[in-house]
Amino acid sequence: MKLKLHVWRQKSPKAQGKMTSYDVKQASPDMSFLEMLDVLNEDLAQKGEDPIAFDHDCREGICGSCSMVINGQPHGPEQGTTACQLHMRKFKDGDDIFIEPWRAKAFPVLKDLIVDRGAFDRIIQAGGFVSVNTGGAQDANCIPIPKHNADLAMDAAACIGCGACVAACKNSSAMLFVSAKVSHLALLPQGQPEKTRRVLNMVNQMDKEGFGNCTNQYECEAACPKEISANFIAKMNREYLGASFFSQEE
Amino acid sequence: MKLDAKIPSGPIEEKWNNHKFDLKLVNPANKRKYDVIVVGSGLAGASAAATLAELGYNVSCFCFQDSPRRAHSIAAQGGINAAKNYQGDGDSVHRLFYDTVKGGDFRSREANVHRLAEVSVNIIDQCVAQGVPFAREYGGLLDNRSFGGAQVSRTFYAKGQTGQQLLIGAYQALERQIGLGRVKMYTRAEMLELVVDNGRAAGIIVRDLATGEITRHAGHAVLMATGGYGNVFYLSTNAKGSNVTAAYRAYKKGAGFANPCFTQIHPTCIPVSGDYQSKLTLMSESLRNDGRVWAPKNKGDKRAPSQIPDAERDYYLERKYPSYGNLAPRDIASRAAKEACDDGRGVGDTGLGVYLDFRDSIKRLGKHTIQERYGNLFHMYQKITAENPYEMPMRIFPAVHYTMGGLWVDYNLMSTIPGLFVLGEANFSDHGANRLGASALMQGLADGYFVVPSTLSGYLADLPRTSIATDTSEFKKAETEATDRLNQFINIKGKKTVDTFHRELGKIIWDRCGMARNKAGLEKAISQIPALREEFWKNLKINGTGSELNQELERAGRVADFMEFGELMCRDALAREESCGGHFREEHQTEDGEAKRDDENFAHAAVWEYKGDTAIPARHKEQLEFENVKLATRSYK
Amino acid sequence: MSWFKRTLNSSIGGKLIVAVTGLGLVGFIIAHLSGNLLIFVGREALAEYAEGLRKFPAILWALRIGLVGMAVAHIGFTIKLNLANKAARPVGYAKKTYRRATLASRTMVLSGLTLLAYIVYHLLHFTWRTTDAEIAALGPYEVYDMLIIGFSSPAISAFYIIATVLLGMHLSHGISSVFQTLGINNPKYNKLFRCLGPALGTVLALGFITIPVAVMTGFVTR
Repeated sequence: MKLKLHVWRQKSPKAQGKMTSYDVKQASPDMSFLEMLDVLNEDLAQKGEDPIAFDHDCREGICGSCSMVINGQPHGPEQGTTACQLHMRKFKDGDDIFIEPWRAKAFPVLKDLIVDRGAFDRIIQAGGFVSVNTGGAQDANCIPIPKHNADLAMDAAACIGCGACVAACKNSSAMLFVSAKVSHLALLPQGQPEKTRRVLNMVNQMDKEGFGNCTNQYECEAACPKEISANFIAKMNREYLGASFFSQEE
Repeated sequence: MKLDAKIPSGPIEEKWNNHKFDLKLVNPANKRKYDVIVVGSGLAGASAAATLAELGYNVSCFCFQDSPRRAHSIAAQGGINAAKNYQGDGDSVHRLFYDTVKGGDFRSREANVHRLAEVSVNIIDQCVAQGVPFAREYGGLLDNRSFGGAQVSRTFYAKGQTGQQLLIGAYQALERQIGLGRVKMYTRAEMLELVVDNGRAAGIIVRDLATGEITRHAGHAVLMATGGYGNVFYLSTNAKGSNVTAAYRAYKKGAGFANPCFTQIHPTCIPVSGDYQSKLTLMSESLRNDGRVWAPKNKGDKRAPSQIPDAERDYYLERKYPSYGNLAPRDIASRAAKEACDDGRGVGDTGLGVYLDFRDSIKRLGKHTIQERYGNLFHMYQKITAENPYEMPMRIFPAVHYTMGGLWVDYNLMSTIPGLFVLGEANFSDHGANRLGASALMQGLADGYFVVPSTLSGYLADLPRTSIATDTSEFKKAETEATDRLNQFINIKGKKTVDTFHRELGKIIWDRCGMARNKAGLEKAISQIPALREEFWKNLKINGTGSELNQELERAGRVADFMEFGELMCRDALAREESCGGHFREEHQTEDGEAKRDDENFAHAAVWEYKGDTAIPARHKEQLEFENVKLATRSYK
Repeated sequence: MSWFKRTLNSSIGGKLIVAVTGLGLVGFIIAHLSGNLLIFVGREALAEYAEGLRKFPAILWALRIGLVGMAVAHIGFTIKLNLANKAARPVGYAKKTYRRATLASRTMVLSGLTLLAYIVYHLLHFTWRTTDAEIAALGPYEVYDMLIIGFSSPAISAFYIIATVLLGMHLSHGISSVFQTLGINNPKYNKLFRCLGPALGTVLALGFITIPVAVMTGFVTR
């Protein structure tokens, strides 16, 4: 199949970027989207042009590295799929495809399609953990956890930290990412001791990083490659308001 | 090269406990005066960095990804073993130890494996305390599944994302320490050189991948948890960034490299579909719990699988290994698949594939149960192949997955360079010639959470607490070497891209040093690789400069090391005149095609010492003693 | 009170204010509509209701101040959040596709601002009665006649109907959002919550629309 790509090219964080068009003459429907870009990059490199820089690593949909908005949708048109697992059979011969980086103030572009997602790490640093040092943990089966809660916590913990939620949200809000971690730990007994501090500190850090606010449109949920539910956002709202008004935390 | 494994004396059950007592400690107030460098942030690296920081050491951690959470440990699907015996099915520390030594085809070090089995139970406790959402039963207790090479259910899992959940647990522990200011994290930072000063590991040279800046980092100890080298094959289930550079640079600085030819070919991966293929995708071994592996009985049978009646199907694993059946260990299952395909009975367009069929278990358990157990894997399979595995069997083929070989370490996980510790897949110690499923996660976390925090103090306690200078001649030299190499790549200005070279190298290695190896093939590879390497250094084309984000340049450095390392691997495979585990030499097989070990001559770890770019490396031996598990022919029949 | 300030300044706290004030305003709208629908009972019922409202001026003023306060907070916090949202994405997409966002949710600012303009006009029209001499000439409790005079103009009726449709849209997203923002959430009820906004928004909008329509079609006459 033949394709016309329109790709965001930006040399460095401070450089002016622009959309540039490329023709892909031979793509196979069985290729993954990133393999299609590999082929284009080989071509560019061969011609002495700078290949398109994009983040990728595991290429099996779990590391969360890949991060590109394809035709206005983070990770492209297929539900519950990262860009690396998206295959060209989803497109038609002759299609125009727009490829852009995640757009958010909190995710500055480093080069082309690569953005800096350090803000997510800093949010986790603010409280996305259970403070338990190595050694001395009690026997794992001492804490029975209702299967339903454990499963729900797993659903929240499935987040791969890719940032598609931010990219999809018209406000560049990180609520789905933050709420997934808050909910994962708040649903488990291990997370209870630090529950109030955790949600207060994580939301505080999220605001500080310059993410926008949630306006309940659920674009994040639709774009999430792990299909994490926006219900976790409601849970975080409840946790946050409860911690603010009814806990002793200052 | 002196290889002293420093195995503690005493009965195997007491070695680790006694040794922990014998190791010197560092006073809590003094710990912060020691700088520890951790390279890699996967299960082993993140867990070590977090634990050492909790203890009070001054830790710096480096990863080449944009966040420590992306390390490739995240991709492990199936589970993690632990000798908890929660199922009451007869498991014990000794049985896990026994299964692992046997599974590794008697090429691992008994004392290390026993320690691994001992701490496996602590790992589960630690992870649950961190909030890792393992699968549970309705009573609220932890669930287990069974895995290849074992007859008990000792595998803990979190859906099909166990590696992810364990890594996120370690990552969160690490981020907590970063937030507390006890770990300095460097992301998009690639180690290019190891610095050895006065015979001790003293630091590393690092390139900031975002800016191209080269920096020096000094430490009293360097911990490398840099994963395996499966990408030497180009196509593997490893992440695209996984590489051998850190380990190979250490090798060139004097660390012994053990058993590089021990590579694991995983039996259940999605077959290759075209030349553009950039990586292979694994389908978890856990699928073999409910899926039945088969190939058509008749050669060249191109009928759709549903058209082939049971009588004309060869469920070859069940036929050949009735007691383990579809749960035979990986090396055996992979080779059996290759045999079927070599025999002309492979399926799919390429003929390189066999079926993994869920028809019977869907009939027995219902689609819902299968969906609950493997839903995400089925979904992934369908996305990649556009075939629905609920309706037609999966097509699978073996692919390079894990590397048992790695830098040689003693019982303390220290390499032959004092102060250089090696953890997880990057070392060689625990899996022998074949790793059992769900044991990689166990080893990574055992090394990071429980082993190295104890053994490191034994090393540091004897060192002066003054900080290590980075302005020494050794640091300068290492930095110059690193920059020179980068400039060299850019200045070649040849015609072929780095990926082209990598593919060519991968093809040589896969053809000559893949699932089955022979003398002639290996010798051919040993002559082909240097020729390819020479071309690489003459005809490589890299665009852009070194002082910017340059992904081609990053790959060039990694491929350059694979070019040298691949040769070492073939040399090791050639020198090991026996078949064991993942290393199958066609000259050494039994009449029915099983691997034939030679315990008399090869019950040792082969440790390679670098002797210079043009010299042939020296092969040393660490003799392996089997006092607790009797050396016997492995049988899964 | 630092915690209180921090909460209000946070994104979730800000949304809390918008949600709670929004809910208060919805309460007012329901009460207002219930009163207005007395037009279908008759002239006297409506006059009695209007008179009754003013019987306790203290309560009336408290309600009025409360209403204005809620409206100001609702709008003020929305502007604040919205500016932050704009700042969070300095560079937009060349191509953007929506998957889940409803038209109502994407036009909240537009519908809200139009409603603000409409409310000002509505107050001038029927409360302060400065736009129409005929209405100004009526006594304060002759609401029935005010409505009939007011809606006898097709242009004015059309404006009211458009504004009411926008109100319905605004509420359809707003009411469901209240549950999400306050964290009232349970998989058993979530469907109900997500349907409640569009349902209530439609009912209220239709309720208001009946009045100009009734006047225009001559169903209600002097």
